[in-house]
Amino acid sequence: MQFPKDLKYTPQHEWIRVEGDLGTCGISDFAQDSLGDVVHVELPAVGAVLRARDRAAEVESVKAVSDVYAPVSGTVTEVNEGLDGSEDAVNRDPYGEGWLFRLRLFAPEELATLLDVAAYEAHVAEAGH
Amino acid sequence: MEGIPYVPATPDEVQRMLDVLGFSTVDALFDAIVPAGDRLRQPLGLPAGLVEADLVEAGTALAAQCTPVTAAASFLGAGAYRHHVPAVIRHLVSRGEYLTAYTPYQPEISQGTLQAIWEYQSLVCDLFAMDVANASVYDGASALAEAMLMSWRIGKGKRPRVILAGAIHPDALEVCCTYGHAGIVRIEAVPPGPDGRVDLEALRRSVGPDTACVAVQSPNFVGLIEDLPEIAAIAHEAGALQVVSVPDPHACALFEAPGASGADIVVGEGQPLGLPISFGGPYVGLFATRNAYVRQMPGRLVGRTRDVEGRQGFVLTLATREQHIRREKATSNICTNQGLCALQVAMYLALQGPEGLREVAEQCHAKALYLKRAVDAIPGFRVPYKGPFFHEFLVETPCRAADLVEDLAEEGIFAGVPLSRWYPARTHEMLVCATETSRREEMDRLVARLAAVQGGAR
Amino acid sequence: MTRPLVTSGASGLLQEEPLIFERSVPGRRAAWPRPLDVPPADDLDPALLRAVPPRLPEVSEPDVVRHHTRLSQRNYGIDAGFYPLGSCTMKHNPRVSEDLAALPGFGGLHPNQPVSSVQGALRVMVELEDALAEITGLDAVTLQPSAGAHGEFTGLLIVRAAHEARGDARRRILIPESAHGTNPASATLCGYETVEVPAGPDGVMLPESVRSLMAPDVAGLMVTHPNTVGLYETHLREICAVVHDGGGLVYGDGANLNALMGVARPGDVGIDVMHVNLHKTFSTPHGGGGPGAGPVAVRAALAPYLPRPVIQRGERLAIDWDRPLSIGKVRSFYGNFGVLVRAWTYVRQMGGPGLSWASRMAVLNANYLRARLGASYEVAFDRPCMHEVILTDRRQRPHGVETMDIAKALMDHGFHPPTVYFPLVVPHALMVEPTESESLDEMDAFVAAMEAVARQASEDPASLHAAPWRSYRRRLDEVLAAKSPDLRYTWPSPEGSASGGD
Repeated sequence: MQFPKDLKYTPQHEWIRVEGDLGTCGISDFAQDSLGDVVHVELPAVGAVLRARDRAAEVESVKAVSDVYAPVSGTVTEVNEGLDGSEDAVNRDPYGEGWLFRLRLFAPEELATLLDVAAYEAHVAEAGH
Repeated sequence: MEGIPYVPATPDEVQRMLDVLGFSTVDALFDAIVPAGDRLRQPLGLPAGLVEADLVEAGTALAAQCTPVTAAASFLGAGAYRHHVPAVIRHLVSRGEYLTAYTPYQPEISQGTLQAIWEYQSLVCDLFAMDVANASVYDGASALAEAMLMSWRIGKGKRPRVILAGAIHPDALEVCCTYGHAGIVRIEAVPPGPDGRVDLEALRRSVGPDTACVAVQSPNFVGLIEDLPEIAAIAHEAGALQVVSVPDPHACALFEAPGASGADIVVGEGQPLGLPISFGGPYVGLFATRNAYVRQMPGRLVGRTRDVEGRQGFVLTLATREQHIRREKATSNICTNQGLCALQVAMYLALQGPEGLREVAEQCHAKALYLKRAVDAIPGFRVPYKGPFFHEFLVETPCRAADLVEDLAEEGIFAGVPLSRWYPARTHEMLVCATETSRREEMDRLVARLAAVQGGAR
Repeated sequence: MTRPLVTSGASGLLQEEPLIFERSVPGRRAAWPRPLDVPPADDLDPALLRAVPPRLPEVSEPDVVRHHTRLSQRNYGIDAGFYPLGSCTMKHNPRVSEDLAALPGFGGLHPNQPVSSVQGALRVMVELEDALAEITGLDAVTLQPSAGAHGEFTGLLIVRAAHEARGDARRRILIPESAHGTNPASATLCGYETVEVPAGPDGVMLPESVRSLMAPDVAGLMVTHPNTVGLYETHLREICAVVHDGGGLVYGDGANLNALMGVARPGDVGIDVMHVNLHKTFSTPHGGGGPGAGPVAVRAALAPYLPRPVIQRGERLAIDWDRPLSIGKVRSFYGNFGVLVRAWTYVRQMGGPGLSWASRMAVLNANYLRARLGASYEVAFDRPCMHEVILTDRRQRPHGVETMDIAKALMDHGFHPPTVYFPLVVPHALMVEPTESESLDEMDAFVAAMEAVARQASEDPASLHAAPWRSYRRRLDEVLAAKSPDLRYTWPSPEGSASGGD
């Protein structure tokens, strides 16, 4: 299972990649693997203002549905329209093509509360048991 | 214990099982499970069992205290409609493989139910001219309530108001209020206008940006056909959905389909399509919508797919909408629905075919028209509404309708349904219905009998 | 991997069956009404009439009979064999009940007939209400709800109405984490927020857990009894007292009542409201997904809130609509009457002693299977259970074989799989409920099949991943079904170029 080092993670298995004041978010390899084949994704509205831990998106497999929360606070600037019909990208390439939404951060200091890759890997090891 | 039907274990087998478990008696096993203080110490206060012959006698005796519609000249409607049910339907749904299966959770060994339900979904779509139908809900009334909640979900909570327009069956209206009791939707009724149909001006004044849907019944409670295209236009102008409830779907073989009249959700009572009238149930709620709203739809859905060898097969699908996965966030709490009743509807629609269904619908209307004209001509009786109707109409009576109906029942005529059942003040009105099963001779008998009571009001 | 030997089954004449639409031939038909004996109608504005008639199939009666006979043969029902689907109580469905429900004096009654002409039907309903009250230890019953979840909804609305009548609006409800998904869904539909109650380590709820969650805004507790892991809630009496002390009410999910008839009564222990699944405990056929019926029984103090109408007792039975405190109707008319007749039939045929014996044998059978299956499968809670036992795939997982594989493999061995992956609190659960109507030899055959699957799991695990081999269809692509929903037939275009089936 892959957990890129340049990302920050949440205990609920979201990731965020920060470039300037923009953060791209998705679900981790662990999350996509435990969910199984993704068949449907509900994305937030562009312009929506989310607080950290607000429900932002929903990812569905055949037998499960998972809420995706905003890792940090921000305004949704873009969502991954390309997933419509290609939901399997979330399984194939969770950190690339399978991204879900992009936020303009308004409280970047919240990033400090997220997990780095080592902490997240430890968390996943815990969850695996 | 001996002589208990449907429990095959012999005393010897009971002992063998107890031996495996290391208990000497069945009671000792229960002592290990149920706290002593919880055990019921006396026998259940129920009569002893009956052998089958006595049971049949007892059941038949109770049934004999009732007069079925087939033993009377019946003009009853108001939510349940008598039509001929082809004999073959009862035989086919009595097949044990259909009758005694559970919900098709294991698709490989449930292809019969699954394919039949998929065909049912398709037939309902064709009948209503809609995109997608679910595997059924409980009945027409609860279907309307579910449609109301679904509209609210589609409005994402920003449209809390549901408008129930015109003469909707009062029982369905009450069920909607029960479902709305939790307070998430605000239900508002727009009463019918003087012509018995939706008061379009009042409706226009009532809808607004907070309206989730305008729900309307057509044919309505007093049998009239509503102006669905106009009502849809009013709803859509405000960004609201149009929900149409169909009490007898035969109407859709004669009148323009709700889906072609702008409906976004169509629900219906499926009983008239091949189900016994059975004192009000089991019936089946038909439920159809547009593709865009499928993920907000309540209830089970069957989808077509392929097996690993590439052969066509069917599965329950889009299950993430449902309670067993989404739990408190589910689109509905429905689990067991009316599967076997849906099969009966599918069989009925296939047996009737397009020609048969149209002929039944035309006969319903022709006979009801014959009866309506005849009743309207009896001095003292009046049919107040003149708008287009299907097979049911309101009659004003010169005497108390409930008394009239009771009196005629003793002569083997079920003349109609008194409105006082729902509206205690409306003592001199009743609903009268004719279907393709009504014979001219029976209708003439009713008319003659009504003509005789005229003036003799009690 | 090796393809398992075919050991039984009459598959020699199992034809493929097309869709009913593909059987359609223009001009064919199956049903005709009587010739019209009144003048044709002349009153309708053509603009109101349907422009494009519904595109229904055109088939003959033999077509329909063949179609549904063949489709039914793709199904497995309790008539065909053991159906150990946990929490569903797949017991034998008596046929005398079918005959009685179809009598014209029951099946041919219109719900709006004068009450004088339906006395026998009302008598059946009253007697069934009384029997359910006696079995549950409660006082009053409504037969109106159409299914278990509909009963939950009705019962919780009654709880809500009772609180509101005291001016005590409460907004949360406690639900054990092991509950069936309908419980939280019904609670939400009633406007409640749900609070999960954890199960104790031995599978039953502990009074402390409930005590720590009880609060002035908690309307009550919704508990399945016996619970969804097949155990008697041994602390329920104390738990009910905790809830009552906090001003709450206890809702009982009666899905598992088949373990309790004549053994212990939920009302005696402290449950205030409960639903009963007639299509489980009272042997009415499940019909491949309904119709069921979910009557609700309540304490006397809650009776005023029952859905209207109620049947008024007396020499002449009447229907009472004047119920000012009623929560209102939850569906049209009086409930799934045809199902009620079947349940009444079952109660009358079994009698009190018979029902009590049925529950005892259901529990004995489940414990027998627990003891026998424990040799090859992990038992989640290995102590005397009630009507069902939960196994897991723990011993098979090291071979790469999971619960789903075991379930699918059982089909090749001639058995319907148990309930799988429920309840969620037991990971990879296989929930086995034999009911009292299975014989010892049938259960022994099931044990032999389960043991054969367990052997196969260690010897040839790959063959299980591909199971079932022998069913009419093999594993179906559920991902395809969910990603590209194909939910209805589309007729080929008039040119006839497309073939609607593909």
